[in-house]
Amino acid sequence: MEKLEFDYPSAKRRVTRKAHVGVVGSGDMEILMEPAKSSIAHVSVLTSVNGFGSSWKAVLDRFFSKYDGAVRIHINDAGATPGSVMLRLEQAAEVIES
Amino acid sequence: MSATTFIPAFVRRQSFIELNARARAQSLMDAGSWRELVGPFERIESPWLPEQGIAPQSDDGCVVLKGTIGGKPAIVIALEGKFQAGSMGEVSGAKMTAALDLASRDSRNGKKTAAVLLLETGGVRLQEANLGLAVIAEVMASMLALREHAPVITVIAGTVGCFGGMAIAAGLSSYIVMTREARLGLNGPEVIEQESGIDEFDSSDRALIWAINGGEQRVGMGVADELVTDDAQEITAIVRRFVEAGLPLVHRSQQVDLYRARIAALDTSKQIDPLSLRGSWNEEKKEGVAR
Amino acid sequence: MSTQVGLRGKSWFQAFTGKNSPMAGDPGSVLTADAKLGEDTARFLCVVPNPEARFPCARRGEVGLEESYALAARLREVIEQDENGKKRPIVALVDVKSQAYGRREETAAIFLATATAADAYASARMKGHPVIALVMGNAISGGFLTHGYQANRILAFDDADVVIHAMHKAAAARITLRTVEELEALGKKIAPLSYDIHDYAKLGLLHKLLHVENPDTPSPTTVSQVQKELIDAIADARAGARDLSDRLNSEGAREMRKAGLLARARMEDQWANA
Repeated sequence: MEKLEFDYPSAKRRVTRKAHVGVVGSGDMEILMEPAKSSIAHVSVLTSVNGFGSSWKAVLDRFFSKYDGAVRIHINDAGATPGSVMLRLEQAAEVIES
Repeated sequence: MSATTFIPAFVRRQSFIELNARARAQSLMDAGSWRELVGPFERIESPWLPEQGIAPQSDDGCVVLKGTIGGKPAIVIALEGKFQAGSMGEVSGAKMTAALDLASRDSRNGKKTAAVLLLETGGVRLQEANLGLAVIAEVMASMLALREHAPVITVIAGTVGCFGGMAIAAGLSSYIVMTREARLGLNGPEVIEQESGIDEFDSSDRALIWAINGGEQRVGMGVADELVTDDAQEITAIVRRFVEAGLPLVHRSQQVDLYRARIAALDTSKQIDPLSLRGSWNEEKKEGVAR
Repeated sequence: MSTQVGLRGKSWFQAFTGKNSPMAGDPGSVLTADAKLGEDTARFLCVVPNPEARFPCARRGEVGLEESYALAARLREVIEQDENGKKRPIVALVDVKSQAYGRREETAAIFLATATAADAYASARMKGHPVIALVMGNAISGGFLTHGYQANRILAFDDADVVIHAMHKAAAARITLRTVEELEALGKKIAPLSYDIHDYAKLGLLHKLLHVENPDTPSPTTVSQVQKELIDAIADARAGARDLSDRLNSEGAREMRKAGLLARARMEDQWANA
């Protein structure tokens, strides 16, 4: 079991909505996205698959290179692939921005 | 000049089974009438799963909506079959029990509030063992308390079905709605095979599983009330009808003499042909009538 | 496990009631008798092994179809007989292997049979009968949900052969791909998973753990001791609520079910505004 945390100071734009996507099935994950408590984006990941810290960082770096919303993200993960992680992040962002 | 496009019903059909628990629950409620209680952003999760290397879910796999169905106060409690097979843990059980108790309280105070349970569950969450078992006993008690005032309607749609201790809870319902894909049984085929041997139940025999536990059989033998197609609109209409109907004259789980006699009449020297029960058990099926 | 499941139930049933056979028309696996208990006459119910059971998968103390309906019938009889009078106490003596695992059972809707018995126990409780479960051996899964878990108060013998759980060790080990030793170790760390009745007692569901000498063959003194505990539990139940709220108001619940209690509190807060 691993708990990972990341901050993205570049993501400063205030948002107002919340989004929740996904189900924590085997090989899947859920994302909770809401306005950040502080003025920057913060991500916490709780994953049952250890040793993929750099993969998580890579996906999140890529996501926040395109997205600047000051969101607080929590992910409960049971082994989703990086591809599906990105997909879910984008789905959640879409709801926030809609 | 425009031509109207004919879209056949089967194309417009929205599969209920393909919806997750939240979407299923929402589809049953009157649009705009509902709010989710103790939802995912509350983050009341299982304290037991992470310790065992299992990722928790923000709502612990239980969605509670409060609103109206067909204009009548109602709650919908939905178990997420894709999270730990919809199993009952400390938190999911607490949410279900608390919602039922609050519906009972409202009902006693004059605001009859029906409960719809979407049971996609294997029963006790083994990773929470004794808390899971205890919580099922508490859910059963709370269902029985609410059942004195307002109907408790169980919908089993699939693909997980309803097994284990929660099948006992299902048996306490005022009405049970099932799709053909759904299954309802106390012990799953694998458990029976494990405990009593492959001759007793070959768990790889899918036809046998549905012949015994499937929706068509359970409704056919009169231990479930309505067989529905996998269609969100149809299921909503049926749930609405049962909410409107209110309490049945007598609950199935109180018909002791009737069912005791049926069991006594069985020839136990060999396995029972499920189809035979569709004839003999449904002859005197009591119609549910509102009080 | 040193004792065969179900024999304790039989000997204690006889000790409390002086009887050791079923009422007329009931299967050999369900013992029912009314007997003096303090100032009351209480109905005692016990599920025991019956090698002659009609259903082959219900011969070793399992709660099957016939057992469930017999329990339900004897409970409904009590409810009906006491409708206009004093609600006699109901004592479930629990030593059940599990529910019955069989194809006949599933075909004939054992889910409904067990529901019927649980309904009867709960209905009696809701009508004001004090319902006490005395766990003297195994109380596993569907067997306990059907016979005992709807009680106002649960008592258990403080004994290594007393096991309350969702699944037998051997089966649980198989399903979770662990050894029995690993399961036991896990139970030491995580109380809800433990097979030890002392750990179960931490969960706040148990009214009392009873230390009892020679639970397999109790002396008259021991039987009197346990009768006194039952009488006290009955009085406690009579003074309390007719629901299971006692279990959530316990110190054990406050310690071990914090998340569940929080969920309840939040649900209540949010209900009014919904």
